[in-house]
Amino acid sequence: MTELDPTAGQTVGPFFGYALPFPDDEHLVPPGSAGSVRLHGRVLDGDGAPVPDAILELWQADAEGNVVQEPGSLRRDGHTFTGWGRASTDRTGHYSFTTIVPGTSFFALTVLARGLLNRLFTRAYLPDAAGDPFLATVDTDRRSTLLTTGDETGFVFDVHLQGDRETVFLSYPRHKR
Amino acid sequence: MVRVTLGSDAAEATQAAISEEIGAIAQAWDGVPETQPRLDYPPYRSSLLRHPTKAPHQADPEGVELWAPVFGERDVDPLEADLTIQHRGDPLGERIVVTGRVLDGDGRPVRGQLVEVWQANAAGRYIHQRDQHPAPLDPNFTGSGRCLTDAVGVYRFTTIKPGPYPWRNHRNAWRPAHIHFSLFGTELTQRLVTQMYFPGDPLFALDPILQSVVDPTARERLVATYDHDLTKPELLMGYRWDVVLTGPHRTPMEDV
Ligand SMILES: [Fe+3]
Repeated sequence: MTELDPTAGQTVGPFFGYALPFPDDEHLVPPGSAGSVRLHGRVLDGDGAPVPDAILELWQADAEGNVVQEPGSLRRDGHTFTGWGRASTDRTGHYSFTTIVPGTSFFALTVLARGLLNRLFTRAYLPDAAGDPFLATVDTDRRSTLLTTGDETGFVFDVHLQGDRETVFLSYPRHKR
Repeated sequence: MVRVTLGSDAAEATQAAISEEIGAIAQAWDGVPETQPRLDYPPYRSSLLRHPTKAPHQADPEGVELWAPVFGERDVDPLEADLTIQHRGDPLGERIVVTGRVLDGDGRPVRGQLVEVWQANAAGRYIHQRDQHPAPLDPNFTGSGRCLTDAVGVYRFTTIKPGPYPWRNHRNAWRPAHIHFSLFGTELTQRLVTQMYFPGDPLFALDPILQSVVDPTARERLVATYDHDLTKPELLMGYRWDVVLTGPHRTPMEDV
């Protein structure tokens, strides 16, 4: 089969705020519902300054570890878990998802921001996943950038676009430079 | 309405200086094909502190990364594909249709998947609060739309041709007219957010965002084609723009 060259990405720019967000985009489950947890953190630039114009997407399995294939992410009914959502950063660079603990070892995240010329992929591993075989492939000094830490509401995961604690971002086998 | 005056320190470099930087990077390109933008592209000043400096870590996609969310009829109203009917009156500007196919890297159509667009109005103004370009808002134009691709991977939007707009990357910086696109494939690894441009725009060479795609062949893929067969008499002009996502790792189900 012929492989086609993929279309280039471009920055999401500064003006996505009236287009990409939607009601309850960051609430994969209703806040306060049984079993709900928060996945939250900050997006920071190379100076450690907050990135207030980023938008993250969360892709995750359900509590049993199954991939959900249910419609309804854009118009949530308050009952169906679709496994996908979006959260914009606020003025302090903070984002927050309300979700459930996946039955797998990680949350998958995509990162978009003004100033970022293409989307980024990363994984936010649950705190107890330190022995995951994939993490063993990551340099020990950078491994912690892929691990969430627990807090009283759920999990904390900061995204460092650059700097000493630059997050490990991923590429997949079929990506081209 | 309050207008914020551009800070004098916000845009130090001239277009000539930015163009020189763009030219130097193009000159230094080794000719090995590139499909994607450079993340580290200093002429786009906002990228300086926001680009990862380390090479991405190779991962084999697992679990949820091999799937995409399902969007259905409940998610997207077919009327959302027409950006010209969202208000009581007709928006100002040149009415256009933009359509094309979404294919994966193996040439398979991506069916029933979400496409989102957003853009400036005909005067080059976004409805976004942070857009302080002193061009008029159009009460009949919001500038965002959605659709699902059809059974052969085709998306279609009716809209207004957006205007070019100024930004503060450098002095006298103007973005070529563009429509922002957000696309999904059949798995996470194919996620694409990009911008579509209009053919023949004189601002192409001056724009660090478009030029961050250093390979000219890859840049050309971001430019739509005028298609007179899509143009409708006395109604609208037609543009065609196909999108190719990266190849999937999970073989999509064969056609039923
Ligand atoms: Fe724009």
